[in-house]
Amino acid sequence: MAAFDEMRPGDAGVRQPYAGYDAWLQSQDPSRLKEKMLDAETVFRRTGITFAVYGEQEAAERIIPFDIIPRILSGSEWRRLTQGIEQRVQALNAFLDDIYHRQEILRSGRIPRHLIAGNDAFLPEMIGVRPPAGVYTHIIGVDIVRTGENEFFVLEDNARTPSGVSYMLENRETMMQLFPELFQKVKVRPVEDYPQLLRQSLSAVAPKGVNGRPTVAVLTPGMYNSAYFEHAFLADQMGVELVEGHDLRVIDGHVAMRTTQGYKQIDVLYRRVDDAYLDPLTFRPDSTLGVPGIMDVYRAGNITIANAPGTGIADDKAIYSYMPEIVEFYTGRKPLLGNIPTWRCSEPDSLKYVLEHLEELVVKEVHGSGGYGMLVGPTASKKEREAFAAKLRAKPGNYIAQPTLALSTCPILTEAGLAPRHVDLRPFVLVSDRIRIVPGGLTRVALKEGSLVVNSSQGGGTKDTWVLDD
Amino acid sequence: MLLGRTANGLYWMGRYIERAENMARLVDAGLRLALTRTEAASDEWASVVLSAGAKYAFDARHPEYTAETVGDFLLRDPGNPSSVLSCIEMGRANARMVRTALTRDTWESINETWMLLKKLLAPEIDQRELPSILDKIKRQTALIRGAFHGTMLRNEIFDFAQLGIYVERADNTARILDVKYYVLLPSISWVGSSLDNYQWESILRSVSAHRSYSWVYEGDYKPRNIADFLILNRRMPRSLAFCYRMIAESLELLADDYGERHTCHDTLDEIRAKLQPNTIDRIFEDGLHEYLTEFIRCNNRLGDEVAADYRFF
Repeated sequence: MAAFDEMRPGDAGVRQPYAGYDAWLQSQDPSRLKEKMLDAETVFRRTGITFAVYGEQEAAERIIPFDIIPRILSGSEWRRLTQGIEQRVQALNAFLDDIYHRQEILRSGRIPRHLIAGNDAFLPEMIGVRPPAGVYTHIIGVDIVRTGENEFFVLEDNARTPSGVSYMLENRETMMQLFPELFQKVKVRPVEDYPQLLRQSLSAVAPKGVNGRPTVAVLTPGMYNSAYFEHAFLADQMGVELVEGHDLRVIDGHVAMRTTQGYKQIDVLYRRVDDAYLDPLTFRPDSTLGVPGIMDVYRAGNITIANAPGTGIADDKAIYSYMPEIVEFYTGRKPLLGNIPTWRCSEPDSLKYVLEHLEELVVKEVHGSGGYGMLVGPTASKKEREAFAAKLRAKPGNYIAQPTLALSTCPILTEAGLAPRHVDLRPFVLVSDRIRIVPGGLTRVALKEGSLVVNSSQGGGTKDTWVLDD
Repeated sequence: MLLGRTANGLYWMGRYIERAENMARLVDAGLRLALTRTEAASDEWASVVLSAGAKYAFDARHPEYTAETVGDFLLRDPGNPSSVLSCIEMGRANARMVRTALTRDTWESINETWMLLKKLLAPEIDQRELPSILDKIKRQTALIRGAFHGTMLRNEIFDFAQLGIYVERADNTARILDVKYYVLLPSISWVGSSLDNYQWESILRSVSAHRSYSWVYEGDYKPRNIADFLILNRRMPRSLAFCYRMIAESLELLADDYGERHTCHDTLDEIRAKLQPNTIDRIFEDGLHEYLTEFIRCNNRLGDEVAADYRFF
């Protein structure tokens, strides 16, 4: 399966977006580049840009490998992408509002009722609740894959708590430290104002009746969470407090944080804690990560929670397969960005097809994430496929399947020089009274030759993502 | 505006990093004696462990006091909560928790120190390498102090870390003085006399003050002068009076900023009243050991009150 290389497709030479970079690259001494690669690792370790890999004791704190060859998109490619993303994000918010109110999309029969009613990501507690400013999903990381010059597809809508934006920012910082002269030669659109935009965006959706500047805080499960670095990083960059559940308490109908001078009210909470742990009085009673009573404050309209509880129903993998219908239903237009064809294993015909074609397909758990619990048919052994088939038969409703796509490639720097590796792209979208998309995103790259799994938990790395100012 | 939990993290970050440095100094002083006076080495190592406040834990793990056992216990034993390795681990964990309150320079210096010392102290210590290991520990903690003082805004964040640093340092100096003096001073009549005893130098060395002492008191090691230097001298950065000058500065600024005084401010006044200059003779008359025990108790109480008054929990 020949993949589209974004720098040098076929024998046609270097593609236009990479021309400026390539000219610079040709003038570089290869040994100097290797030194820079080591420098980059040192920078990341010292800064403490680490993530935890669950289930690996020794490597409790690892860095995500960083590759110094940028992934480059032209201005026009970016414009096309952002139009598609904006449309999709509007549809996601409209869908959430509908599903927790009149449920017209269910009445119309476009989506089967059981997908919602029997879904853990759907929170009955949210029925009839309208979040401040009517926004449900404030921060979205849309995963996009490419298979050709003009073929872009949405792989996943991460609408609950997308992570990785700190890598987008730190990767750029690192690149500018390593190659200052390069940024003089190639005009790259900046991403560094993301934290300010995030703060503006969160402030804009504060509850009604907040006087003056709203108090924003980031809620983290704590320093042992795999994305703790990012939580701290974002709070720091926004200039807001990083709080944990036990710093917070409900006082007089508001959520307040314990400070050295007593309790202080919070208006907007950017939470990086899952729904189930948010409020032990409403959801999991054993949770110590949340705030008892916060859901009552929320229902009374006295705090903004971003993203809203119950948002997960929109990025559920079973719902994903209906996204083209959802986009059309709420925007009245065909989706600008396509979905990847998806077989829902809950449907008997699809299940039959999937079982017969396992060696060609990628099968994912409906509620899984992070590349855990998935089968990549073409690279799995016969034994692995048989074991997976048994799981599929036992609980078909738990799985969806997609064709194995020839993800586009981008070169990375290896010991032996440049070599192509598969990549995807996660741009970050902010929704408040308007939609903002920072020109860039997180490019994840599968470092193993031929591998299609880009997740950091499965040995993936990252690259700086450039959107050219052209 | 500062979270109570963050204030707590800053305070303990300060305490643990200060403690790591103090441990290295103690071992350094012990090593110096062991190198020059071989006959008393075992006693000296025992007194090092006593000064570190870790005799009980040490005895449970090691049968005898040698450079190897004490060095291992105080520098790299993860089972000893006050070993350099444990302190750096805890100091860094607290720093990581309050990451957003620190400058990048401060955080990076702590994180880098943690990475370096973890690697340095992972293998068993080769005695030939001990001086260079101690040197690296002191250099790294100096780097952290430099980054902290050089880049942190002097606001409440700075104050809570500073309180941790100086409460720890005062405790450390008082303990060393108490242990050594109690063991060394046979009778009160010795107080005014001049002693040619290498042990006195060891006290000064363990607070890195053997040179500065000579400048201030011109030579002779006299118990009265050493005590005066370590307790009441306001210019000596590890003396109790100096520590309390810094603690007072931070607590007064916090009271001004917040417009509120607490119990800890009363305790502060009480302690400062006992650190007035020219009172060393009275301290000896009333009993140095009693004075130091009382000081350590008040110093601890101040730490607890700061935690309660500023809602650490």
